[in-house]
Amino acid sequence: MAKVHVTTTINGEPEEFLCEPHQSMLDALRGPLGLTGSKEGCGTGDCGACSITLDGRLVCSCLMLAVEAEGKTIGTIEGLAQGDHLHPLQQKFLEWGALQCGICTPGVLVAAKALLEKNPDPTETEVRFWLAGNLCRCTGYDKIVRAVLETAADMRSAA
Amino acid sequence: MNVIANKWIGQRTIRPDGADKVTGRACYAADNTMPGMIWGKVLRSPHAHALIRSIDTSKAEKLPGVKAVVTAKDLVDFPVDKPVPLGIQDMRWMSRNIMAREKALFHGHPIAAVAAINEEVAAEACKLIEVDYEVLPHAIEIEDAIKPHAPILHDFVRFEGKPSNIAGTMVNKVGDVEAGFAEADIVIERTFTTRPVHQGYIEPQACTVSCTADGKVTIWSSSQGQFMVRAMTSFLTGITQSNIRAIPAEIGGGFGAKTIIYLEPLATVLAKKSGRPVKMVMTREEVMRATGPTSGSRSTVKIGAKKDGTLVAAQGTFYLQAGALPGSPLRGPVGCSFSPYYIPNILSTGYDVVSNRSKVAAYRAPGAPLGAFAAECVIDEICEKLGLDPLEFRLKNSSKEGQKAVYGATFGKITFEETVEAALKHPHYKAPLDKNPRPGVKRGRGVASGFWFNAGGESSAQVNITEDGNVAVTTGHPDVGGSRASIANVTAELLGIDHSRISVLIGDTASIGFSNLTGGSRVTFASAIVVTQSTEKVIGQLKERAARIWKIDPDAVTWENGEARPAGPNAGKFPPLSLEDLAAKANEMGGPIGAGTQLNTTGADPGFATHIVDVEVDVDLAIVRVLRYSAVQDVGRALHPSYVEGQIQGGVVQGIGWALSEEYLFDKQGKLENAGFLDYRMPVCSDVPMIEPVMLEIPNPKHPQGVRGVGEAPIVPVLAAITNAVHDALGKRFCDLPLSPPRVSAALDAAAE
Amino acid sequence: MTETRYLAAQTLDEAIGAYAAAAGAARILAGGTDLLVQMRSGVIRPGLIIDVKKIEEMTAIVPKADGGYWVGAAVSGAVLAEHKGFAATWPGVLEATNLIGSKQVQGRASIGGNLCNASPAADSVPALVAAGAVATVQGPHGRRELAVEHLTAGPGRTHLKPGEVLVGFTFPAQPKGSGGAYLRMTPRTEMDIAVVGLGVNLTLADGKVTAARVGLGAVAPTVLLVEDAAKALIGSGLDERALDAAAAACRAACKPINDKRGTVEYRTKVAGVLLKRTALIAAERAGGK
Repeated sequence: MAKVHVTTTINGEPEEFLCEPHQSMLDALRGPLGLTGSKEGCGTGDCGACSITLDGRLVCSCLMLAVEAEGKTIGTIEGLAQGDHLHPLQQKFLEWGALQCGICTPGVLVAAKALLEKNPDPTETEVRFWLAGNLCRCTGYDKIVRAVLETAADMRSAA
Repeated sequence: MNVIANKWIGQRTIRPDGADKVTGRACYAADNTMPGMIWGKVLRSPHAHALIRSIDTSKAEKLPGVKAVVTAKDLVDFPVDKPVPLGIQDMRWMSRNIMAREKALFHGHPIAAVAAINEEVAAEACKLIEVDYEVLPHAIEIEDAIKPHAPILHDFVRFEGKPSNIAGTMVNKVGDVEAGFAEADIVIERTFTTRPVHQGYIEPQACTVSCTADGKVTIWSSSQGQFMVRAMTSFLTGITQSNIRAIPAEIGGGFGAKTIIYLEPLATVLAKKSGRPVKMVMTREEVMRATGPTSGSRSTVKIGAKKDGTLVAAQGTFYLQAGALPGSPLRGPVGCSFSPYYIPNILSTGYDVVSNRSKVAAYRAPGAPLGAFAAECVIDEICEKLGLDPLEFRLKNSSKEGQKAVYGATFGKITFEETVEAALKHPHYKAPLDKNPRPGVKRGRGVASGFWFNAGGESSAQVNITEDGNVAVTTGHPDVGGSRASIANVTAELLGIDHSRISVLIGDTASIGFSNLTGGSRVTFASAIVVTQSTEKVIGQLKERAARIWKIDPDAVTWENGEARPAGPNAGKFPPLSLEDLAAKANEMGGPIGAGTQLNTTGADPGFATHIVDVEVDVDLAIVRVLRYSAVQDVGRALHPSYVEGQIQGGVVQGIGWALSEEYLFDKQGKLENAGFLDYRMPVCSDVPMIEPVMLEIPNPKHPQGVRGVGEAPIVPVLAAITNAVHDALGKRFCDLPLSPPRVSAALDAAAE
Repeated sequence: MTETRYLAAQTLDEAIGAYAAAAGAARILAGGTDLLVQMRSGVIRPGLIIDVKKIEEMTAIVPKADGGYWVGAAVSGAVLAEHKGFAATWPGVLEATNLIGSKQVQGRASIGGNLCNASPAADSVPALVAAGAVATVQGPHGRRELAVEHLTAGPGRTHLKPGEVLVGFTFPAQPKGSGGAYLRMTPRTEMDIAVVGLGVNLTLADGKVTAARVGLGAVAPTVLLVEDAAKALIGSGLDERALDAAAAACRAACKPINDKRGTVEYRTKVAGVLLKRTALIAAERAGGK
């Protein structure tokens, strides 16, 4: 099977990798790219654990072919922190205990960051509906929603 | 309330594994690779029930890229007439669960496994395996499995002398229920059903296993017990435990389900046969089809009371669906359903029914929620008919210290009453609720209580002081919900040093002593005990070394705020010696400073919870939504409040899904129709409100920090609390879960006729 | 094992040429939210995947001089929702499109893909039908137009001829006093496939309905244009009697099945309930103009 060579940008860095045409972006991230922060919870776009951004747009990496990354910019969980500086969302999640097992956390953080970039002042309802595509089985969502709302408030007052 | 002002215990510190979890660096079961690794895939039965006449793997073995093939003949055979227990599991059933032997017992049952150079070749090879099945009629639902002429799954299972699908029973009794009911002024009997529901962990099972040429096995996987992984793999493959090292990955949710394994033994044999490390990852579909959801159930509960509300008799008959092999969690409904209450006459009977679906695995207080659903709904009806407040009723009948539980234990300092009193006083209970807020919408409020045994069990910990005077703690249990955070708090508190100087790691089977499963709401409880004892031993060593330096008696040394100090003015005037000072001198003073403890911990007391919930119903569409939820529970001592609250909130939301939208649906061929997260409907973020955890901290006197196990009680009352609230809204009692819109709609339409 | 190839077509002709040449072995890729799921489950193993997202016409949203809109078939729901003009004119269509899956799915899923996948429960389709959208299709033998409700043939099947690709949609100019809405019934608040989906577009003049279209989904092999429901509403002031009659017409039009998402009885009942609710929202929006 002939592999395709893909050139793309991931978390601001130029990257190249080989993949089969039928493989998903999630397969490419977790395989040749060695970026295992995005998780496979279902493989069918129903749980959000594989969430990334594609040219700034929140998508499930399991629903995108790896070859589609050609010439695009991809953002993954590994790109949220800058060096050892955690993103305010990451820091808040730790302070508020907004995770337990943590498997959904990368997807939730990528989704929450995308929300705050689009809507810096969401209501609780808006946060809940935006995160509806990120399943969490441990937390019951309460602390996740609170952490996102608090971070939004912090980021607004810092701006 | 525990009024000790603690510096670290009870503080919301940053968990030791936190940075890795929020940056995507934490390694879960599927994140590992080993050099030379190949991939394994499982061939699964397309039939719900079939004899396996033969399996021909020859074509698969010849496919280029295939390195090994495994069937049941490569695994240890456990004859069905000789029990081989491991904890609550039996290897006769575990061996047949991981790979079919005589029969395919459910759609999705593993028949063979293949290891090949990549997943696609492995999957292609599976298709080349030729299996000669004799398809048999199947039965999945309890009624279908126990009716006359039902297809019998196992000819070795007999009940009342005849071949049967009832594989076992359990009875707890006290007093004489017939006499009790005769004394009652009111007796209510109802039958309830629940569907199988899956634990729904987001991380599918996965493992990477390497087997060297001299037979040493290394297993990387996530589980609720790396020692269980080692033991089960040893039993099922025949490799000795000392030749197996099980390394715990971070675990992406378990809720009881990962207290057993499916892949590791298969990967081990594939690795042995191929000489290559083998990685196996379940798809979500495989998880839903072939790992154990909990039992579906049919429960008949009859309760009798006097008109002043005194409970006089209770009878429960609980049929639980075991799945393909024996082992429903009968002790859950049989032992827990009536235990919050003092009832002088109880007869509680459970039946373990096998049927052609995947074998159950434990799910958070296994069996207890479905029994509490039945009992707490009947109690609600009794309160309604007697005109009594349901929480006052619970107070009146509550279990007390010194009484004997129906399952045999004598209650210690239990705190059920306190949860009820706290619920009574909570603003939620008296908050105004407009039951008819707008046309077509109704609201209601319900309460329920619940009980879970909790457990202690074996645990090991090692506390070592590093050469630079900081602390490395190794524990033996996987961390499912933040136990490392609690352990760090305890250690920092005891040593009197800054929390940031403690690192907490989870050991593997080679590097830490035996520790039992993460389950039974026991990890924080048990780990805290052994970490406390280890830390106290370390403090003893530190004091003894300070004493030698000062040439005084060790009894004249205290340890405070991270330093050894003379105990009083008579001991002498010496400047304090810090942890760093003593660590620097360790080698010249006798060697490394550290201590371990391995114990079978005891002193766990049961968990009680009392919940209040408000629901809203869109009557025409028959959609039930939760508006407000308050969950009261005595946690003993919240070592790390955020993670204790989180356990309560998470358990409640799992219960909401179980009550309203989750259920296994099978087609006529016995195939699961909703084997994914689209149609197996777990609550999403927008489905639920904030969940208020009301934590009482009444210290458990048998625990060094007063901890009570918290993880399981939160799910127990939810099914009944919601059903009672729906009754309050609609005036109709529901006995069958989930309260899905088509079901609620049909019931409302039937009532209207 | 089928070898799958990938082609990012630069022009519509290139896409059609490759699609026709593959003679049934190719699949069109827009958002991929159905295609990748079907590939993963083994339902399909395309020999060729033709990505159409580089074809300008298929990803364009163009306001037309007469007030109508052209929306390319591969435009994602998220992009469509950000188009202020379209959002103001066709809120019902956006309501439908942005109920498909999650925010992640909406970041990719297209109304063209939603229609061509031809699930009876496709969320965008009842709203497209109610809107009177017209599909433009192009194949080896040229270009043609057809009403959206004539494109689907049954579950998973369309009336597209071999080699034909759905290029985009024309939304008609709406008369003054028009409004549309879409509601669906799902057990959870998000993420579910519609148990019933219903789109209504109305035009009101002096408080009376002068035009109406009702699209009903998930209750038959294809989405239904319920003309009897529209007739019951036209000429009325949306009083209780007219709404009851329109709801009854919807119930009568249902040909639902029992499946893991709903029963025949439930779906039929809900079709009527949703008609009333959706019509009132559409009327409010129509009146607001």
